[in-house]
Amino acid sequence: MSRVGKVGALFGVMIAAGAAAGWFLSAPHRPDHRIMTAAEPGNAERGLRIFHAGGCASCHAARGAEGEARFQLAGGVELRTPFGTFVAPNISQDASDGIGNWTLDDFAAAMLKGVSPDGRHYYPAFPYASYARMKPQDIADLFAFMQTLPPVAGQTAGHDLAFPFNIRRGIGLWKLLYMSDMPVVEIADASDKVLAGRYLVEGPGHCGECHTPRDFAGGPDTGRWLAGAVAAEGDGVVPNITSGEGGIADWSEADIAGYLETGFTPDFDSVGGSMVEVQKNMAELTSEDREAIAAYLKAIPAHPNGYPARQP
Amino acid sequence: MRKLLLAISILALAGTAASADPLADRKALMKERGKLTGDLSKMVKGQEPFDAASVLRTLEAMKDNAGKFDIGALYPEGSNTGDTTAAPAIWDNPDGFRDAEKKFEDAVGAALADAPADLDALKAKFGVIGASCGACHENFRIRKG
Repeated sequence: MSRVGKVGALFGVMIAAGAAAGWFLSAPHRPDHRIMTAAEPGNAERGLRIFHAGGCASCHAARGAEGEARFQLAGGVELRTPFGTFVAPNISQDASDGIGNWTLDDFAAAMLKGVSPDGRHYYPAFPYASYARMKPQDIADLFAFMQTLPPVAGQTAGHDLAFPFNIRRGIGLWKLLYMSDMPVVEIADASDKVLAGRYLVEGPGHCGECHTPRDFAGGPDTGRWLAGAVAAEGDGVVPNITSGEGGIADWSEADIAGYLETGFTPDFDSVGGSMVEVQKNMAELTSEDREAIAAYLKAIPAHPNGYPARQP
Repeated sequence: MRKLLLAISILALAGTAASADPLADRKALMKERGKLTGDLSKMVKGQEPFDAASVLRTLEAMKDNAGKFDIGALYPEGSNTGDTTAAPAIWDNPDGFRDAEKKFEDAVGAALADAPADLDALKAKFGVIGASCGACHENFRIRKG
């Protein structure tokens, strides 16, 4: 074999090895099923709280749904992002179009690992990168609650994404880079209240999904955790909810908890944009939960705005 | 003389059709709404005692404010740029914007028609009025840096 041929062959082997490693590393994994069998049987009543904390209705119920319609989880809400358009699927109890046939292990695989029952990666528009921090018991309770909801027939349209984001297997590599079940913020001597707030914000509440800037690959920049970000949809920004410049340093814990309950800022501006839907969910939590969220937000590192200054 | 009359009538027309500084005018109206909402909220939160007469005055002021909300004058074509957080949807979906604004007007009207006699009644009316703020800001305002 000529020298050029040898180099070429070596190069080919390296590419093949790289591809094989990439294929291996990007494989979807379900969680160890023992973590769910260790949980108590799910309690639907407790699951309602997790349903609200997780904001499930905001994407999986119809846009603008009120009252009981917020429990009709037929999906269909579109998320128009720079990666393409994501469509929230039907997660009602319909056996064929929804998740009516799922087992608790299937549900845990989706929530904690972002993997479907047929072993494919979900796109992280479904905020499992946050849900990965949830307690197995909360997953079991949420599943029990969702089983009390009505089936709604109807398949949603598929996602419409640009290359290379339309290659699902690539999400496996994204997960290796960005997914963790560990807390984002370590707070020295944190009170139980702050820790409860951390769990709600970083886990089910998935606040960081919008309030933290993302890097080129769509992963959260945890060095600017909750510093605010350019909105994934539209041309606005999502505010800085740390105590850094541009943030909410002048809000008291009571101001934050009050905002989450009523939708009014301390100076009586109202909630706006996609936070309107989020605030409706937050209003359904207990004041204890809202106060815990407030305590956590006051305890985290302050960052200046995670989005560029406004152009005149 | 004819020219003067013409100029005056044009000015008069301009006065009804558009405001000189729509951005400032609409911001002032929204600021006032926020202040009035705050007045009611203090009672709802229990920071101030319930006072039926004061509630009525605030609701009347809200009604006046809503009456001044002339969408054509405050949101003319071209007033989507500059120091504003008005969303393009205001001009892309004018009917939706009008409906959203009407929610506030209707909520205030309903509260006036059945004036709250106690704190619980106020809480119920306040909830509807407050929800109308978010309902409009959800789609018709963009938060900017």
